[in-house]
Amino acid sequence: MRIHASVGIPVHGPDLENPMKNEEKTVYPYIPNSVPSLKEEMLREVGAESTDDFFQDIPAGLRMQGDMHLPPPLLSEHELKRHVESLLSKNSTACENLSFLGAGCWQHHVPAVCDEINQRSEFLTAYAGEPYDDHGRFQALFEYTSMMGELLNMDVVNVPTYDGYQAAATALRMAARITGRTGILVPRILDGGKLSKLRDYLKPDLEIRCIEHDRQSGGLDGKALRNALSAGTAAVYFENPSYLGFLETGGEPISRAAHACGALCVVGVNPLSLGVLAPPADYGADIVCGDIQPLGMHMQFGGGQAGFIATRDEEKYVMEYPSRLFGITSTRVEGEYGFGDVAYDRTSFALREKGKEWVGTAAALWGITAGVYLSLMGPRGMAEIGEGIMARARYAMIRLGGIRGVTIPFSRFPHFGEFVVDFNGSGKTVAEVNRALLEKGIFGGKALAGEFPELGQSALYSVTEVHTGSDIDRLTRELQEVLA
Amino acid sequence: MMDQATASPHTAAGKLRLRRYHQARWNEPILFELSRPGQRGILVPPLEPDMRDATGDVLAALPAGLQRLRPPQLPELSQNQVLRHYLRLSQENLGADLNIDVGQGTCTMKYSPKINDQFARHHKIADLHPLQDEETIQGILEIYFRFEQILKEISGMDRFSLQPAAGSAAIYANASIIRAYHLARGAPERDEIITTIFSHPSNAACARTAGFKIITLHPDPSGYPDLAALRASVSTRTAGMLITNPEDTGIFNPRIGEFVEVVHQAGGLCAYDQANANGLLGITRAREAGFDLCHFNLHKTFSSPHGCGGPAVGATGVTRELAAFLPIPVVEFDGSSYHLDYDRPASIGKVGPFLGVAPVVLRSYAWVMSLGAKGLREVAEIAVLNNNYLLAKMLQIPGVSAPYATGKRRIEQVRYSWERLSKETGVHSEEIGLRAADFGVHYWTSHHPHIVPEPCTLEPTESYSKDDLDEYAAILAHVAEEARLDPGLVKTAPHNSTIHTIDHAPLDDPARWAITWRAHLRKNIKRGNPEREP
Repeated sequence: MRIHASVGIPVHGPDLENPMKNEEKTVYPYIPNSVPSLKEEMLREVGAESTDDFFQDIPAGLRMQGDMHLPPPLLSEHELKRHVESLLSKNSTACENLSFLGAGCWQHHVPAVCDEINQRSEFLTAYAGEPYDDHGRFQALFEYTSMMGELLNMDVVNVPTYDGYQAAATALRMAARITGRTGILVPRILDGGKLSKLRDYLKPDLEIRCIEHDRQSGGLDGKALRNALSAGTAAVYFENPSYLGFLETGGEPISRAAHACGALCVVGVNPLSLGVLAPPADYGADIVCGDIQPLGMHMQFGGGQAGFIATRDEEKYVMEYPSRLFGITSTRVEGEYGFGDVAYDRTSFALREKGKEWVGTAAALWGITAGVYLSLMGPRGMAEIGEGIMARARYAMIRLGGIRGVTIPFSRFPHFGEFVVDFNGSGKTVAEVNRALLEKGIFGGKALAGEFPELGQSALYSVTEVHTGSDIDRLTRELQEVLA
Repeated sequence: MMDQATASPHTAAGKLRLRRYHQARWNEPILFELSRPGQRGILVPPLEPDMRDATGDVLAALPAGLQRLRPPQLPELSQNQVLRHYLRLSQENLGADLNIDVGQGTCTMKYSPKINDQFARHHKIADLHPLQDEETIQGILEIYFRFEQILKEISGMDRFSLQPAAGSAAIYANASIIRAYHLARGAPERDEIITTIFSHPSNAACARTAGFKIITLHPDPSGYPDLAALRASVSTRTAGMLITNPEDTGIFNPRIGEFVEVVHQAGGLCAYDQANANGLLGITRAREAGFDLCHFNLHKTFSSPHGCGGPAVGATGVTRELAAFLPIPVVEFDGSSYHLDYDRPASIGKVGPFLGVAPVVLRSYAWVMSLGAKGLREVAEIAVLNNNYLLAKMLQIPGVSAPYATGKRRIEQVRYSWERLSKETGVHSEEIGLRAADFGVHYWTSHHPHIVPEPCTLEPTESYSKDDLDEYAAILAHVAEEARLDPGLVKTAPHNSTIHTIDHAPLDDPARWAITWRAHLRKNIKRGNPEREP
């Protein structure tokens, strides 16, 4: 392998050979006015000798001397395609193998219509048009929030923020603003990355405290929660399902306890579970948040995440959202729907630092896509997929729990989609198990020792509607072999 | 060769032909109104009988209160109905691909090459889980690593994180790094961030969210950030400065080096918001101006499509001294393979899940590779040429001005003012934009506050031809003329759009605003009367 001298990156094969041996001026297909005669004509019209004239205000000391040292270009589309595809070919995907990875990004079937819609030029390349030239975007996102509202049994849902991490972080900041308090209680069992995000985002004024789980129920420890709650508590946050897949069955007493001391109940939820599981609002949640990646987004190495935040339709809640909120209204023509920004004057677009946190480009295309997904699935699809995932996960827990040296530590609790597999009794580490599985074309679960040292050699396995009984049986057989 | 008469957008008299445009108007109902009980859009894989036998009824086993008793009231539609509905909505949306999208200044609405979309959808990235064994993700890690080297060369910075999910997320990450830096040096009292009014609102808003007090500098009479005001603002409380250059006026601040020096002397750090970098590729860099941090919007300068407002990436670059604070993980190359380094104790931690928005990184990498160093410089030169060309055309329109820096060239965009036209006709900038929509182009006023009265900000990028720019200017010239001859026509626009002037009042009224369909039914549709309110 050769290394590109200037930037230290490897150069492969003939793809990166510079095809421009002579100095003939390149006309770039993406740059219409790179045609020399057009460029000259335009320069003449503005009275400039050369494009250098435009940069005269940039002091010489700041000007770059000579060309940047970048890899030689692949000017033809074909060369570019060969190069990029040769890089991509080094990946081995979850679909080319049998994957049980989840932990915040899940392998689900993506309906063809979802891809068809989010590939449309009109949606893919639009940005910030007015409610007139971009009526379609406003309606599609209003419909997305409306379907999420049905799923969540709540009246207000935002235009998506970046991801579930950001949704949780903002939901907690909203709770702090609404209550005027600074204490945030979160479960000890939480995605380590999300906790890291919360610690960064809630600095410097909010204080996070972790609540242990009750070994009997899996849920938050009621006594520990009561002890931690105080007149300074802004919010109690928990998730359903929890990060480790089991369900919090005490949602109602938790929200009651939170409300009793004037705190809000904030719940993170997997929206794909809500065809069969009660929406958090039904057990007292005030703010609900999560990630919509399971609703029609390919995994994309984690690039399909998008966050939602939902509340009741009360002014004190609505006015604390940083995000765009699209509302329906009428036009001057009877029977015509129009859309626009609700309470725009709370945003940083309107008020800079006096707005609520900030708003900007986030993940709108995935909101439109999730809307397509929910409209395809309907209530029956959501019920069937929810039940199917729960049953497959339960089946996998039964099968894997039967392997010698393996236990399923929380198997007595109800789960949605994910569960912990404990290899401590097998004499093998998760890394060793996963290495052996990888050789058989299987991606084992995420190792948990980094986030939860007390779980030792345990891994988080994810099962979805894409897994068949024979997939799970195969995993069982291979694990038996690996651990024999 | 094509006959000149048919190839030219001009009439025989040399006047530009305006399009007889009309946007699609489907009067498309809300999805819920299309629903009929029992229809299905897609079927899900059935549960195999063997599995059901083994598990029993998993729902019946749920504790009381956890099972959903009333199904969500989602619409029930067949697949082709769903497709048709969304295709109609797409036709009612003016994407950048379909218009001369120079009207959304500050946002760099350049062409997003279709081949790069194909890469982004490739199954070798679409089906990749972010937690896979490093051995199975060498391709995407290599792309991350290569692209980081490219950004280092373009900016002069020493390390990048591609984790922040958009420009504002990168500004926040920079603010967080500045906070961590001062805390690590035992200087928590440094809690003030300085920015300028012509920097993007997020520079103020993100820093405020990170706990800083905000000092905003206003321009001096020539439109440049005020150096004297900066000198008066710095102190032992100064944590740093977040600044754009050129600012959203398109004016390059030639004293940027002095600005950085003043803040450094006071003990603060300087972060360069490079949202406006498109005219500077290969021309000038953050490093030479002395910046400690910077960020690029990959969905702007680096061509990834805007997706109706994301997904996106804000690539965050820092000097060697600050590299330890970058979000985890970073991608390392040991000479033979790529791996992820999480073991960075000084890191600010995670700013988002996993490694950020990989398809956007991939598109941006492919875009740079299609151009190379000379091509990127061509991007900058043509973007600036296009802007100055459009500036000359715009200034020919009676009633338009380009405030500040009179006689100076602009970089990649200009903030114009219609103040004179507005005073003469009563027509406002926003109304000009809505009338321009009748000719099939997008137009935006500007970020608030409107320091420049009746503003609009045009950024033509390198993607538009001379003819395209002529057409855009001709549309605005035509609308300006209409404003004088028939202001009512402009003030009631749009006329050829999907919909007509909306009633804004309910959107600011808590009693009437409706952010979901269910809220609309509850608040605005009278019980027992399924007809919509007028």
